[in-house]
Amino acid sequence: MFKSTIKAAAVAVAAAMIAAAAPASAADKLKVGFVYVGPIGDLGYSYQHDVGRLALQKALSDKVETTYVENVPEGADAERVIAQLAQSGHGLIFTTSFGFMNPTLKVAQRFPKVKFEHATGYKRANNVATYSARFHEGRTVIGAIAGKMTKSGKIGYIASFPIPEVVSGINAFTLALKKVRPDAEVRVVWVNSWYDPGKEAAAAKALIDQGADVLSQHTDSPAPIQAAEERGIYAFGQSSDMSKFGPKAHLTSIVDIWDGYYINRAQAVLDGKWKSEDTWGGLDSGMVVLSPYNPGMPKDVAAMADQIKNDLIAHKITSFDGPFNDRSGKQVIPAGQHLSDEKILTMNYFVEGVVGDLPK
Amino acid sequence: MSPDVIAAVMMSVVAAATPLLLAALGELVTEKAGVLNLGVEGMMLIGAVAGFGAAMVSGSWIVGVIAAALAGMAMALVFAVLALTLLANQVATGLALTILGVGLSALIGRPFIGVPLPRLPQLYVPGLTDLPIVGRLIFGQDFLVYLSIALVVGIWWFLERSRAGLVLRAVGESHDSAHAIGYPVIAIRYLATLFGGACCGLGGAYLSLAVTPMWAENMVAGRGWIALALVVFATWKPLRTLAGAYLFGGLAFGQLFLQGLGFSVPSQFLSMLPYVATIVVLTLISRDATRIRLNTPACLGKSYHPDH
Repeated sequence: MFKSTIKAAAVAVAAAMIAAAAPASAADKLKVGFVYVGPIGDLGYSYQHDVGRLALQKALSDKVETTYVENVPEGADAERVIAQLAQSGHGLIFTTSFGFMNPTLKVAQRFPKVKFEHATGYKRANNVATYSARFHEGRTVIGAIAGKMTKSGKIGYIASFPIPEVVSGINAFTLALKKVRPDAEVRVVWVNSWYDPGKEAAAAKALIDQGADVLSQHTDSPAPIQAAEERGIYAFGQSSDMSKFGPKAHLTSIVDIWDGYYINRAQAVLDGKWKSEDTWGGLDSGMVVLSPYNPGMPKDVAAMADQIKNDLIAHKITSFDGPFNDRSGKQVIPAGQHLSDEKILTMNYFVEGVVGDLPK
Repeated sequence: MSPDVIAAVMMSVVAAATPLLLAALGELVTEKAGVLNLGVEGMMLIGAVAGFGAAMVSGSWIVGVIAAALAGMAMALVFAVLALTLLANQVATGLALTILGVGLSALIGRPFIGVPLPRLPQLYVPGLTDLPIVGRLIFGQDFLVYLSIALVVGIWWFLERSRAGLVLRAVGESHDSAHAIGYPVIAIRYLATLFGGACCGLGGAYLSLAVTPMWAENMVAGRGWIALALVVFATWKPLRTLAGAYLFGGLAFGQLFLQGLGFSVPSQFLSMLPYVATIVVLTLISRDATRIRLNTPACLGKSYHPDH
């Protein structure tokens, strides 16, 4: 309750700020608004979106003007914030979290001339486009690296919430891991938060205590990297380059890059060429990038990782090539086929090699 | 489990328990003086950011720890002026302090985001620290862990055995009587509130300097509320607070550990446990008129003005 009170207060203040700032803006520039679910100080997901916003601001500084509202809760408040942005003359609005889907569509109906872009959702309209990144492709690469780097064959995986994006990441990682090291297993710990450094560190320690010697995470703080560094094992970062939190431990991070997409979409509005469409970019689009490998990583491992990355970019392989089985041993897809986008977006099972149940 | 794993697990439990213990001890003393400060979360956040910032700028963890305590006290002072001098409602003021702490710490912390720091140094006694299982647990902790244990003993002695502690409790039990005997009620409540703020600041600093040596917005993540619950859970007893902090810390870590082994414990259920335990204790308090209720300061949360 308290948290929502705080958030509501923050939203009210932010909304007032937007309203106050509106009359002062130049009339001929395209105003681009961003709505973030977290603080831009999270150094992870919302932070990377803001890096994209700043890149847009810099690239088209004479033609666009950007605004952002951070810490917006996914609910009724979101609708108010989005409507406020639309009302105050924004021509293009990015709503960057899954839970903003319905509020975005509702507001879009009321403001048909404003263009909306919703991240990680699946509902579109004439003036609502959707975009996301194939984060699981990055996980395929790091899963293979983990297979080469582990001695114990036990990999720790710190997960946030059992939603398809996270589950498909765990599965992509595990499939790639087991191709390199068939006897390896992935131990998943759910911390039920995108962002709680203390809990993420505790989860990392619990996994290390159980013999994990490589950690992967789908939470946003660098705490697991720190824990890995302290205990002298390896880890992969998430969302942004986290190497400085564990110079020895950090092998690479999966980094989300929205810069190019935001610039292209704003440019399309300026050129009058904007269309409602669905963009799901992977390594090939530059939306998902791996940060520089740890210099201590053996050459052959780096070469293998690059090979997998290039094969994914060239669409020679996918993250979910058959054959593979789910945890109960039932075949998900036979050899020679790969999962459709829809199957990936609705994934709700673990593949063989994952220890622990998927919370229902 | 091998001895090494047992030792590592116990170290992790200490790390989870210490911030709760520090903050709860501070709040315990504050509440024993009859002051209900719900701003624990906010004071911990300010302590965390001040401790991290000072340690980063000065390069010394000692400066960081001192800064955290002072910053927590500064927040408590804001509360004290509003609630004790100006007689604002304590519940509302405490909540406002938390909201202020969340925002202010985020603002102050902007330059510290993404900066790594070394962890608080841990004691190393040749021979002793290398003992199996208990070696690191007893002889390998950092300053704040030892301080938290010392505070348990110190506060127990102060409240139960010292004259000053008796006066503080008297102020919390009946401020009118304490005033009538000639004790400065407001001054004593100020001191207790400031002490509470300093402890909460240290609890926050333990997170930003030892558990995860970094600053991240809102990194206390609700532990201030657990500390508040812990004071009630421990029925305002320092030794029970120690046990409660380690119980809550152990539960928090234990559920993550079990998940890693493949047990499916609904983690939402375990996150809920500290609060359920507190509600149970509250129910017991309301039923048990003599034994438990006697520990509850009778004037808790009541404003006091000498002229009334």
